[in-house]
Amino acid sequence: MHNPDRPVEVEVVERVEETPSIYTLHLRFTDPEVASGYRLLPGQYNMLYLYGVGEVPISIVSDPDHEGLLEHTIRSVGRVTEGMERLRVGDRMGLRGPYGRGWPLDKAEGRDVVIVTGGLGCAPVVSMIRYVLNRRERFGRLVILQGVKHTDDLIWRRQYERWQALPNTQVLLAADVGGPNWPFSVGKVTVLFNQADIDPDRSIVMLCGPEVMMKASIDRLLALNVPADSMWLSIERNMQCGIGHCGHCQVGPHFVCQDGPVFHYPALRPWLGVTGF
Amino acid sequence: MATSALFLPRSSVDSLFDALRDQGFSRLVGPVARDGAIVYREIASAADLPRGMRDRQAPGTYRLETQHDGVRMFSWANGPQALKPLTFAPREPLWRCARDESGGLTFADVEREHEPTAVIGVRACDLAALQIHQQHFLESPYPDPHYAARRASLFLVAVHCSHPADTCFCASTGDGPRAESGYDLAMSELDEGFVVTAGTDPGRAVLASLGLGAASSLQREEADREVAAAARGQGRSLPSRNLKDALYARLEHPHWDHVGRRCLSCGNCTAVCPTCFCHAEQDAPALNGESAEHLRQWDSCFTAVHSYMGHFLVREETRLRYRQWLTHKLGSWHEQYGRSGCVGCGRCIAWCPVGIDITAEVATLMESGDAQP
Repeated sequence: MHNPDRPVEVEVVERVEETPSIYTLHLRFTDPEVASGYRLLPGQYNMLYLYGVGEVPISIVSDPDHEGLLEHTIRSVGRVTEGMERLRVGDRMGLRGPYGRGWPLDKAEGRDVVIVTGGLGCAPVVSMIRYVLNRRERFGRLVILQGVKHTDDLIWRRQYERWQALPNTQVLLAADVGGPNWPFSVGKVTVLFNQADIDPDRSIVMLCGPEVMMKASIDRLLALNVPADSMWLSIERNMQCGIGHCGHCQVGPHFVCQDGPVFHYPALRPWLGVTGF
Repeated sequence: MATSALFLPRSSVDSLFDALRDQGFSRLVGPVARDGAIVYREIASAADLPRGMRDRQAPGTYRLETQHDGVRMFSWANGPQALKPLTFAPREPLWRCARDESGGLTFADVEREHEPTAVIGVRACDLAALQIHQQHFLESPYPDPHYAARRASLFLVAVHCSHPADTCFCASTGDGPRAESGYDLAMSELDEGFVVTAGTDPGRAVLASLGLGAASSLQREEADREVAAAARGQGRSLPSRNLKDALYARLEHPHWDHVGRRCLSCGNCTAVCPTCFCHAEQDAPALNGESAEHLRQWDSCFTAVHSYMGHFLVREETRLRYRQWLTHKLGSWHEQYGRSGCVGCGRCIAWCPVGIDITAEVATLMESGDAQP
């Protein structure tokens, strides 16, 4: 029987320092056969393994058709991610995946795609944004609402500015705390809904970030007459196996590692914001 | 299909053990009285079985008593272990990783061969729990090879329960005291011997090799009567209906605070629970730095790190951990596995150091109506 827990070897091909505590690793499978069999969907994640330390679930930033390299943006928050920060080009690590359900691509086709995200929560939606931009004719308008705590937390600022200049695309940014070089809004991401051009009947909404932020955003979206049925969100929980066995990631009946991390909002509604789930 | 019932005289139990060895089950594991409890250990012969032992269980209490005139070897309900440690090991390696001088990593499986083992004296509640674990680990999009290898090495000899403890409530969950399925052989213990039926082909092969006579109708009736009495005698119960909606409607019930103040969050209940499956993964690097073993070991939703998220804990407070355990076990379990996660073995009641009683907590929660604000 195949061992679903066992990683394969990958090599760090490129390393980008995004902020002092956030870095992006570009990874390549060392076995070409593994590379050719690997298929991902935007919103899925991999379990990354640091030799002798352990595994962590990290969402995939790459476009599914981007051949060869897998991009992971990681914040140093714990034992494993702090250790991974020290990896350099040429170093080896382990990887298994991709796991979980990604964004509902089929339901998004032909519609306006509204992305609402906060903090580094943007990582799971970046592959979706890239997916839309690389297949622009298959989608309607693209609206991106991004909130960060501090202006320094905005990684990929140039990328956002590039997206802002594209036709049929609206990019709105807000920081809780503004600063001298911050030309965008100040406040929570929810302040952006006044400026956002959202057609409630044509839009599919994808949210990612802290759950209080998503809950507040959903309330605003419902007030704008966006149906609950059109909303999807990606959540995080402690995940150790990625394959629905270890039990840590449960939220009510859901195993986030397999039933998520992307959920249809109506399925998650009873649990969202309930302390302890 | 179970075969017709045969009779195994008490003096022939060792011939059954020999027959099991002849069928390739070189290791026998059975109940023994050790450290004041019934535990499953390797046994050599019927002389190792806990003859004349009875267990007295109550909330926070487990005592073994010897009945000096007792001839029976299964006149107890259960001990802290179920089958769980034999199929889902408390700690086991999942894979190994070797690092060469240039930093290259090679991942390899660990050995998954286990000595064929016959387990004697399996209880109905534990067979029900085994069925749940098989569903969890094997009927998954990612079948677990570690669990599969251990499970495949086992031959299960059930003994229908005739002496439930005061903590037992398997009759109310529908999981006992009679073992209905999942066994290779099932036996009822009478004073003079055992009424035996086979549930699988390997079980039939073992019985065929023994050349036993049919059990008499008196023996079969006596065996049925004892199991029926064991069901009737159970004083505790859980409501037999699906409690999911009732529990979901009581997530803010004040009783969670009440139980949260008593609970020590020690995790004993999850360790003895035959259906709890949570486990943590960790890496154990070798001292020379050349290899690492990746392990899993039992975890508990009562530990703080179970819900660790890097910058916060989802369940900081004990009441939230107890609520997670209970609403999962009796609520969301229905959505995940099509039944409740409780098989009525009562272990969480006896082995809780402060005697928290799942049946009493549920009764209190259900007494008052919908307490959702």
